[in-house]
Amino acid sequence: MTATADVAAVLPERFPRLTARPSLDWPAFNIPPADVPAVLGHLRDALGYDLLADLTAIDAGAGRSPRFTVVWHLLSTTAHTYVRVAADCADDAVPAMPSVTGLWPGANWHEREAYDMFGITFTGHPDLRRILMWDGYPYFPLRKEFPLAGLDTDLADAEVAGETGARVKPAPYMGGPFVAPSGGPMSKAEPRARDQSWTEKEEKPE
Amino acid sequence: MKEAFCASLWLIPHMPAEHTYPDTAAKASSFAQAGEDRAAASPATEAERLSVSMGPSHPSTHGVLRMQLELDGDVVTKADPVVGYLHRGDEKIAENMTYNQFVPYTDRLDYLAPLANNVAYAIAVERLAKLEVPPRCQAIRVIVCELARISSHLMGLGAYGIDVGAWTIFLYTFTEREKLYRLFEDLTGARFPTSYTRIGGVARDVPEGWLGKVNAFCDQFLPILEEVLALLTRNKIFLDRTVDIGAIAKEDAIAYGLTGPNLRGCGVPLDLRKDRPYSGYEQYEFDVPVGTKGDCYDRYLCRGEEMRQSVRIVKKAIKNFPGGEWYAKDARKIFAPPKDKILTSMEELIQNFMLVTEGPQMPPGEVYFEAENPKGALGFYIVSKGGGVPWRLKIRSPSFCNLSILPKVCVGAMIADIVSILGSFDFVMGECDR
Repeated sequence: MTATADVAAVLPERFPRLTARPSLDWPAFNIPPADVPAVLGHLRDALGYDLLADLTAIDAGAGRSPRFTVVWHLLSTTAHTYVRVAADCADDAVPAMPSVTGLWPGANWHEREAYDMFGITFTGHPDLRRILMWDGYPYFPLRKEFPLAGLDTDLADAEVAGETGARVKPAPYMGGPFVAPSGGPMSKAEPRARDQSWTEKEEKPE
Repeated sequence: MKEAFCASLWLIPHMPAEHTYPDTAAKASSFAQAGEDRAAASPATEAERLSVSMGPSHPSTHGVLRMQLELDGDVVTKADPVVGYLHRGDEKIAENMTYNQFVPYTDRLDYLAPLANNVAYAIAVERLAKLEVPPRCQAIRVIVCELARISSHLMGLGAYGIDVGAWTIFLYTFTEREKLYRLFEDLTGARFPTSYTRIGGVARDVPEGWLGKVNAFCDQFLPILEEVLALLTRNKIFLDRTVDIGAIAKEDAIAYGLTGPNLRGCGVPLDLRKDRPYSGYEQYEFDVPVGTKGDCYDRYLCRGEEMRQSVRIVKKAIKNFPGGEWYAKDARKIFAPPKDKILTSMEELIQNFMLVTEGPQMPPGEVYFEAENPKGALGFYIVSKGGGVPWRLKIRSPSFCNLSILPKVCVGAMIADIVSILGSFDFVMGECDR
């Protein structure tokens, strides 16, 4: 097995389309999406990076291109070093990326999470569905245009929604994380997220 | 030099390394085999399979995990963990606040070891700022991390005892945990959500006499720990419920990204405190317990041994407790100036104002830092574009990765074993769902 320390020297020789990625700690590379299985497979089998520590995505913001970047962090359980590999999704509107579930079964849940939060489709994933949000949730919450407060949505449980008429309501905060309203009955004084649509001077719209 | 050894050997010298109990082993595999055979042989039983939703509020799921199980008689033929009931959007929240403001949110990740989360997060941001904290601060962090590990393992052990029918353990471990929470309260002002670290230091120095109290706790804790472990290690009921149950192969554990005691129980001696030391862990002598079979019993043994090793680290840290500053003094735009200076000096007042309104100023760049937390490797991936707010903060939660192996481990097990397997994983949903 090659020493993992010289991964920065070894990898670009084998994969010419790979470029260095700015990083403050570990060796990091940008690769084209088509090379993902080959590069990660080589890192795992030949260079000893056998543990997929993390898989996530970055949204550069609406209007930027390339917009979505998928990032893998690999750990070598023998040399105890990490390597970071990143690939930009080609299509900004319908982002897609090859799945690495064939290399690491543990990538299954990570890819489901990236799909859930960013809407990135992992081609070749055996069971790509939402994991943290509920099935049928219409938005991708970690995209930059999704507001922190959330958006008005149907409840996950249609039966409960039908009986109670309840909906998922946005809960924005303003000022500090949470604001305890002063005055009024004690039942209303519980600290809660404050609505952005009204202030002390303006009435809350019903 | 890593010192890896067999946990079962270490605990009970007269016991063989391979703790095989022929009856149990044969029973377990034959039941699993019988289930598979039955399912394969007759399509009639296919229709008789029972779909059971275990959780999200089931006492054995330790939080809001739901297991969607498919049963053939008592044998689990399919398991699908459903997570996300406790999703708060921590990563979204992190993108909308300054680095120091996020510290309280890290308490709520693994809420059984908030101090360890605080430390992991602070070190991650300090790596981004290329900031070194002084030795005294590092020693404080090591002590609180190890105390957090003990309290987390105590909780895990007590709850696991209840899961598998050993109720007494819970009373012992909770009494000890309570003592630890008193110490945490002395140090941080809070028992549970401690929010103790700041970027570049800690919230306050250790109070007068606190280290002595910790030392006294350690001294009285060790005999009680032995008593607790003695109640379980050779307990026939406990052995029946754990040995050869939920066994995970080394290769599978790595492929699924398991970390912490769950990985070490499978025989992989990966401990980031030893292998990639942070916060001065290289100064402390401790052993890394490693299991042999990767079953529930090995995971239990590893946790028990880790508590002993944590006590060793804490005692050493107290013995060699360094003097000097407890925060990085040169971190002017990152760590808040002392309160008396803020009230008397213009420069410090402005500095504090900027810190509160704009956050600690970070350079642009990317860092990934993993710390060896009680549940496994807690990682923070921070993408900064400069300024006081991260562009993206990804939390790599060990519980999430550890649970992802459940669909593989649970198939072929009896439904009663699910309780034992879940308990032995010692996960926290606050961290899994973020």
